[in-house]
Amino acid sequence: MNIFAILSELEKTDPEVFERFDSRRRVFKHMTGFGKTLAASALPLALGSIFNKAYGQTTSAPSVNDVLNFALKLEYLESYFYDAGLGVAGSTATAAQTTFRALFSATNLSALDKIRTDEANHVKYLATALGANAIAAPARTQFDFTGGKGSGTGPFADVFLNPATFLAVAQSLEDTGVRAYKGGAPYLMSNKDVLTAALNIHSVEARHASRLRTMRRAGANNNTASAVAPAGTTEAGRNASPKSWISGKDNGGASPTQTAPIYDAGTAPSYTPTGITFPAEDNVTQGGVNLQTALSSLNFPTLAFSEAFDEPLPVPTVSAIASTFTITGSTLFS
Amino acid sequence: MSDSASFADRVMRRRSFFRVAGATAVTSALVLAGCDTNTPTPVATDPVLSLGSGDTGIMNYAYLLEQLEAAFYQKIIDTPPSDLRTGELAYLIDLRDHEVIHREFFKYVLGTTDAIQTQEFDFSTLTLTTRAGVLAAAKTIEDLGVAAYNGVGKLVANTVVLTMLSKISSVEARHAALIRDLQQPGAFADTTVSPVSGDGAGLDLLLTPTQVLEAAKPFFKITYSVASLPTS
Repeated sequence: MNIFAILSELEKTDPEVFERFDSRRRVFKHMTGFGKTLAASALPLALGSIFNKAYGQTTSAPSVNDVLNFALKLEYLESYFYDAGLGVAGSTATAAQTTFRALFSATNLSALDKIRTDEANHVKYLATALGANAIAAPARTQFDFTGGKGSGTGPFADVFLNPATFLAVAQSLEDTGVRAYKGGAPYLMSNKDVLTAALNIHSVEARHASRLRTMRRAGANNNTASAVAPAGTTEAGRNASPKSWISGKDNGGASPTQTAPIYDAGTAPSYTPTGITFPAEDNVTQGGVNLQTALSSLNFPTLAFSEAFDEPLPVPTVSAIASTFTITGSTLFS
Repeated sequence: MSDSASFADRVMRRRSFFRVAGATAVTSALVLAGCDTNTPTPVATDPVLSLGSGDTGIMNYAYLLEQLEAAFYQKIIDTPPSDLRTGELAYLIDLRDHEVIHREFFKYVLGTTDAIQTQEFDFSTLTLTTRAGVLAAAKTIEDLGVAAYNGVGKLVANTVVLTMLSKISSVEARHAALIRDLQQPGAFADTTVSPVSGDGAGLDLLLTPTQVLEAAKPFFKITYSVASLPTS
């Protein structure tokens, strides 16, 4: 086993691999020590523990409460996002929020208000279900929806000024949520009521994602956005004009530099049950069958085979995505 | 499960028999009326197809619903209503493609031993000659699909099967939302599917397999039984 070769390989797919270790130097000092004192057979175990630590993985599957608390964090993220942009209906919207609301057609604004209400209800449901085990509500100041880590001037600097940016971030959050619930479901099987509720939240998130994607095709002011067809027939046009479902990897999503991981493969934690994988959204192999090949006689468009299935994501990958919108120093998704 | 497949064959054979028998029913009745006999007229019992038990039964249940959805969209694509708006046929073709892929996926994973036969459906209660009729029917069928997957998740024993079903259910929810938005912009998750208050606030609808089969009954040509599926 050549640890340097492994790290070098890892670095190709994960440029931040070295930063994931507490201290690069300390790890290698550590490794040197291992090399001297541990039998060769113990090395893989030692390596495993270092990588688990580096990637925030635990060796045991998350509990029902762990999964629900993680879902709750994501719901806070979504809920605060819509609150921050739109204000609270029937309450005191700030001047900036009032101005922003006026940039959407009435129909589209009411759709966004419905989504905001649903997200607030998801927070309420999960917090109630967890009871005393629920995490404390994070401070709203822990989030920076511009993606600026607290500077307020990130890549989505005009998120609450420009409806197109707002819808792009909203789609990204909802698509992430859909994949996250799918990843969490296996760990809820011991509690059937909770599993059922999670599945029912999951499909509402998918409805939201669909609506937001539909809106993005025509723009915030188009009342019949659904009548506007997606541009083009390839993934290339999907960044700004997505289908209502994920097509391939959607060419990296609304803003590929930040959103590509939402549609890409996840890194399976060591506790992942056998048979569960986290492929990218362009996956066409389901249940061991490459459907695109097996069903080639149907002459369907290539992308249809990926569109027909959404894929799960594991906690570490979702955390990395969600931390795009937390401030430096926040431990919410670390 | 091989018995359920062969049972499906028997059911279809019996149906063919009834269909042929039906054509001559009038003449038979006349003949019977002329007969002086105390022999009671045989009563035809509805054939029942069991979807099976355990995860196999659950997947057959999903397979049946995907067959229904695929057949529904195929029928629309074959003869689209003339008043569809620009771009809408392309949406419906996408939906047909997805549902056919779902259907074929279940056929593959169930395999020839466990999968129920290809079923026939009756869409005569639907108005599929107008845009409004097609969208209303599609909304019913997509919402039903979402509620069915949401209701069956807790009955699944195998982690991989649960994940597979969830991969499909969110796509059905995306479909349902688009169809609803085509019908009435902004109806993607209205209060009939995601209430804003009460116990189920923010949660989608769910239906048990028994409720789903009851709702889909107008589309079925035979009776299906989910009596062997897990119930909790």
